Amino acid sequence: MLIFERSRPGRRNSGQMPAAPGAAGAIPERYLRTKPPLLPEASELDVVRHYTGLSHKNYSIDTHFYPLGSCTMKYNPRASNALAMLPQFLARHPAAPDDTGQGFLACLFELQEMLRAMSGMAQVSLAPMAGAQGEFAGVAMIRAYHDSRGDAARREILVPDAAHGTNPASAVMCGYAVREIATDTDGNVDTAALKVAVGPRTAGLMLTNPSTLGVFERHILEIEKAVHAAGGLLYYDGANLNAILGKVKPGDMGFDVIHINLHKTFSTPHGGGGPGAGPVGVNDRLAPFLPLPLVAESKGEYRLLSEADRPLSIGRLGAQLGNAGVLLRAYVYMRMLGAEGMKRVAEFSTLNANYLMAELRKAGFEIAFPLRRASHEFIVTLKRLKEENGVTALDVAKRLLDKGFHAPTTYFPLLVPECLLIEPTETESKQTLDAFVAAMKEILGEARSVPQLLKTAPHATPVRRLDEVRAAREPDLTWKPVNSER
Amino acid sequence: MPFIPHTEQDIRAMLAAIGVASIEELFDEIPRELRGGALAGIPPALNEMEITRLMRGRAERDGTWLSFLGGGAYEHHIPAAVWQIATRGEFYSAYTPYQAEASQGTLQLLYEYQTMMASLTALDVANASLYDGASALAEAVLMAVRAHKSSKRVLMPATVHPVWRRVVRTIVRNQGIELVELPYCTEAGHTLPEALAKLEGAAAAALVVPQPNFFGVLEPVDELTDRAHARGALAVALVNPVALALLKPPGEWGSRGADIAVGEGQPLGVPLASGGPYCGFMACRKELVRQMPGRIVGATVDAEGRRGYTLTLQAREQHIRRSKATSNICTNQGLMVTAATIHMALLGPARLAEVARACHANTLMLASRLAAIRGVTRAFSGAIFHEAVMRLPTPVAPVLQALKAQGILGGLDLKRDYPELGHALLVCATETKNEEDLALYAGHVARIIGRRARPAACALKPQT
Amino acid sequence: MMIPENLKYTRSHEWVKTEADGTVSVGVTFHAQEQLGDVVFIQNPEVGRQVKRGEECGVIESVKAAADIYAPLSGEVVAANQEVADKPERVNQDPYAAWMFRIKPDRPAELAALLDAAAYQKLAESEKH
Repeated sequence: MLIFERSRPGRRNSGQMPAAPGAAGAIPERYLRTKPPLLPEASELDVVRHYTGLSHKNYSIDTHFYPLGSCTMKYNPRASNALAMLPQFLARHPAAPDDTGQGFLACLFELQEMLRAMSGMAQVSLAPMAGAQGEFAGVAMIRAYHDSRGDAARREILVPDAAHGTNPASAVMCGYAVREIATDTDGNVDTAALKVAVGPRTAGLMLTNPSTLGVFERHILEIEKAVHAAGGLLYYDGANLNAILGKVKPGDMGFDVIHINLHKTFSTPHGGGGPGAGPVGVNDRLAPFLPLPLVAESKGEYRLLSEADRPLSIGRLGAQLGNAGVLLRAYVYMRMLGAEGMKRVAEFSTLNANYLMAELRKAGFEIAFPLRRASHEFIVTLKRLKEENGVTALDVAKRLLDKGFHAPTTYFPLLVPECLLIEPTETESKQTLDAFVAAMKEILGEARSVPQLLKTAPHATPVRRLDEVRAAREPDLTWKPVNSER
Repeated sequence: MPFIPHTEQDIRAMLAAIGVASIEELFDEIPRELRGGALAGIPPALNEMEITRLMRGRAERDGTWLSFLGGGAYEHHIPAAVWQIATRGEFYSAYTPYQAEASQGTLQLLYEYQTMMASLTALDVANASLYDGASALAEAVLMAVRAHKSSKRVLMPATVHPVWRRVVRTIVRNQGIELVELPYCTEAGHTLPEALAKLEGAAAAALVVPQPNFFGVLEPVDELTDRAHARGALAVALVNPVALALLKPPGEWGSRGADIAVGEGQPLGVPLASGGPYCGFMACRKELVRQMPGRIVGATVDAEGRRGYTLTLQAREQHIRRSKATSNICTNQGLMVTAATIHMALLGPARLAEVARACHANTLMLASRLAAIRGVTRAFSGAIFHEAVMRLPTPVAPVLQALKAQGILGGLDLKRDYPELGHALLVCATETKNEEDLALYAGHVARIIGRRARPAACALKPQT
Repeated sequence: MMIPENLKYTRSHEWVKTEADGTVSVGVTFHAQEQLGDVVFIQNPEVGRQVKRGEECGVIESVKAAADIYAPLSGEVVAANQEVADKPERVNQDPYAAWMFRIKPDRPAELAALLDAAAYQKLAESEKH
C-alpha cells in the first residue's frame, strides 16, 4: 500500500509545531497556489508504521551479507553516525562564519590531512559530493592544467574498456572525446594498444587499480611512463582503494589526480543510493586547480579558502562545502582505524576475497582470472552453466536472494560473459563466507537438477521477478488517485 | 582490530584454504617497489569512547546560535520521527536498489517521493534526486541544451544565488555553453520581463526563473515563462519546495507552464549540518523525461501480477550509455530523499502550507521591526516569501560581528556579490523563530547601529 | 540465425532494403535485437535530415542496453516509422518488417559497399564467440 492510499482527508499531525497564522500575508494572489499538492494526510503513527514497514522490504548490510562487487558494502559503524549527528553539528548553518565552526572545521582539516597521507598526494579537496563528481573535478583539473599551458590539442581521455561507465561520462562532461583501451587476457591493460593510442592528443588516462576485473594492474609503472612521456596525465579512480589501503599509495604509482569514494573505502553508509562523497587528491602541478572550498589551517585557526585564495581553481561543485555529514562520518571511521587499522582493511578484505575465491572454485565455480590473485574482489563466470543448463548470472543472483544473501554485482564488467563480481569486504567473518559458499553450492546443484527454480527466482522476497520491460515501455513514474482530475 | 571479526584460528584456516603462508603473500602481484609506504600522518587509533569525547568537545566548542541566515539553506523544525526512521539500518545501510526484489522498501519510497515532488511542482515526472540545488540547476541547464538541440545559450538572471551561478559555470563551461546574465530591477528586486525583449541576437535554449529569487523577492514568473516560450526557449524553474506549498507551482506558470523545475530539497526535513548532505530535486514535463539525468523509479508488476517498483529508463544513465549518458551521476542523495519523503508525509499539504505561511509571516514581522530602526529600510519593493534584503545606514560586516558577540548570526552580507546595493543584508526568519527572537534581534541591531551612527569621539567601550 | 538473402547489411547490424521508389528502408537485424533483448524505446532521425554514411542517426534501447543506429547510406531521411516507435516490441517480433526510417540515397553506389547476407552471417557468427 502506498502512503497516499493510507491518507484520509482532514487527518493532521498537530503535535509537532505550532499552527501558523492563516493568511498568506503580503503575497499577491496571482503568485499563490490554488490547488493543494498531493501529499498524504496521515497521522504520525500512520507514517511511522508505513515507513518502518517499507524498511522491512529492503536488504541491507545491517540485515544481510552484501557481496556486491565494486561497491564495498562493509559495515557502517554506528559511532560514525551518532557523532556526525551531534546536535551542534546538525544545527550549524553553512554560511555561519568560520570562527563559529572551529570544531567542525578541525575535523575536516584533519580529514584532508589523513586522506593526503593515505594517498600520497600533495593536496586534497573535500568538495565533490560523490565519486562521479570527483571524477568530473579530476578531469576538469586535467583540462584546466593543459589549458593553462596553452596545450589545446589534447582533446582525448583514454579509458580502459573495463572501466565504470562514470569514467567516459565524466570525460564527456568536461568536453573530451573518449578513446577505449582494450584489456589483455590476464585482465591487465593491453599496453601495446595503449602505446599506440597515447600521443599529442592525449589529455590523460583514467585508471582503476586494482581494476574492475578484481586484479592489480601489474604493468602500472610501464603505463605511467607511457602516459607521462606522451604529455598526458594519470587519473586514479578510487573505486577499489579498499584493496590497497595502507599498502600502496596512488601517489607512489605516479598518479597525478585521484578521487576517493568515502562511501566505499571509509565506510560511510550507502543510504539506498547515496549520499556519498568523492574527495579529490592531486600532486603539486594540479594543486592550484583544486575545487573549492578547501580548509586551511594557520596557528590553530581553521578557515575555508575561496576564489580569492585560489584564483585558478576549477570552481565550486555545489552550493556549500560538500557532503559535510558524510565527511564527518569518514573522519570518525578513520580516527577509529588509525594507521594500523587502515592496513588491516586492505589485508583482511584481500584475505576474505581470496578465501572466498578459493572456496567457490572448490565448489565447482569457474573463476574468470584463475591464475591471478584476487584483489578485494573477484569474478565468477557462469558461461558454462548457461551453455549447459540455460541458467544465467541473473538467475543465480535472484536465487541468492531466496537464500538470504544480497546478490553480487552481475553483468559488470561486460567483458566477462555471465559474470558475478564478488566483494566480501573485511568486516565479514569466515562463518558468513562459509554460509555463502554453502548457498552457492546448493544453487549449483539446483541449476543442474531444477533449473526452472532458478529461472523463476526469487520466490521468498516481498515481490517476485519484476516486469522491467513493461516499466520501461509504459513508464508509470508517479501515483495518480483513482478519481484524478489530472 | 576495529570492525574485523577474524580470530587467529579463522586466519590460519583461511590461509591454508588459499594455499599461502601469510596475508602478505596475497599482495605478491604488486611490484615490490610500490609496496609498504609508511602511513606517516595518520594518528593512532581511538576507541569509541575516546572519539566520542573528542567529537563532543568539538561540537560543544561550536555551540548553537540564534540564526537568521538563509540564502539557500533554511532552518526548519524536523519532526523527531523523520531521522529515527531514516537512520534505520534497512534504509541507512542499503545500496542503490539495482536488485529490485531486495529493495522494494527504498523503491516504493522513491516512487512516493517522485509523486510528491511532481505534485508540488505540478509537473509530470520527477527523478530520485541529484546532489544539491546548485548542481541540480547545472544539470537542468545541460538538459535544456540537449532538449533544445540548436542553441547552447542559457539566460541566467542575476537574481539567482551567486554561488549557484558559479557552480553552474564550473559544471557546464567545458561543453561550450554560454551563460548570459539578465539584469534585475534595483527598485523592485526582481527580473524585468522587458530585459528579455532587449536581448537581441542568438536564440536561447532556456531561461532560468527563480521563485523566490535570492533576495527572497517573488519574480513575475508568468510573464517570464511566456516570454521564454515566445523566444523558443525552455523555462527552467528554480524553486523552494516549502514555498511551493503556498506559491503557484512551475507547471502552472504562464500559459504553458515551465518545462523543468529544480531546487534544493534541504528544507524538507534535512538538517543544515554545515552544508550537507542535502538533495537536489528535478521535475519535468513527460516529453522531456528521456533527457532527464539521474535515477528514476517506475511502477510495474511482478511475475504474479502484484504491484512492484523498479529503476527504469536506465538507458539514459552512465552504467549503460557510458559516454553518451545524460549525466555522469551515479550515487545520488538517497538517504536525504528518504528523510524528505517521511517529512512530507508527516506534514501533509496543510502543515507544509502552514510552515510556509509561518516563515513568511515571521520574515515580514522581522523586516518591519528592522525597518522601524532609524536609517534601516527594505531594499526592494517587490513582494517576498521568507527572506528580505535590508539596507543599513552603516557597513554590514561590523554589525554582523557585533551581533555574533550576542550569540546571533544576523544574516548574509551582500557586499561582495551585489556592491551596487550598498550596505545590504539578507535576513531570513523561518517558523523556528518566535516573537522574542525577532525582538531580541531587532533590539540588538537598533543598539549596534545607533552606537555606530554616533560620533566616533567616545573612547569608552559602550555598555551592552 | 535469420538473415534474409534479399537484404544488405552493415557491420553495425542494420539491414537495408531497396524499395521500389528508389528509397532504402533501414532496420536492425535479428541478431541485433537478440543481443539487445526486449526493445523498449526507439528514437528515429527527423524527417528531412541529411545524413552521411556511418553517421549516428537514431537510438534503440532495451532495459539493460542501448545502441546507436548508424546511417548505412548518405542521403535525406524521407520517412520515420512512427508505428514502430510507438510499439518498439515490433523489432523483437519481426525485425525485418519493423523498418525504422527511410533514406533517399545521394550516392546509390554506396549500396555496393554494404555486406551481403553471407558476409553478414560470418560477421554475426564471429561475434557470438
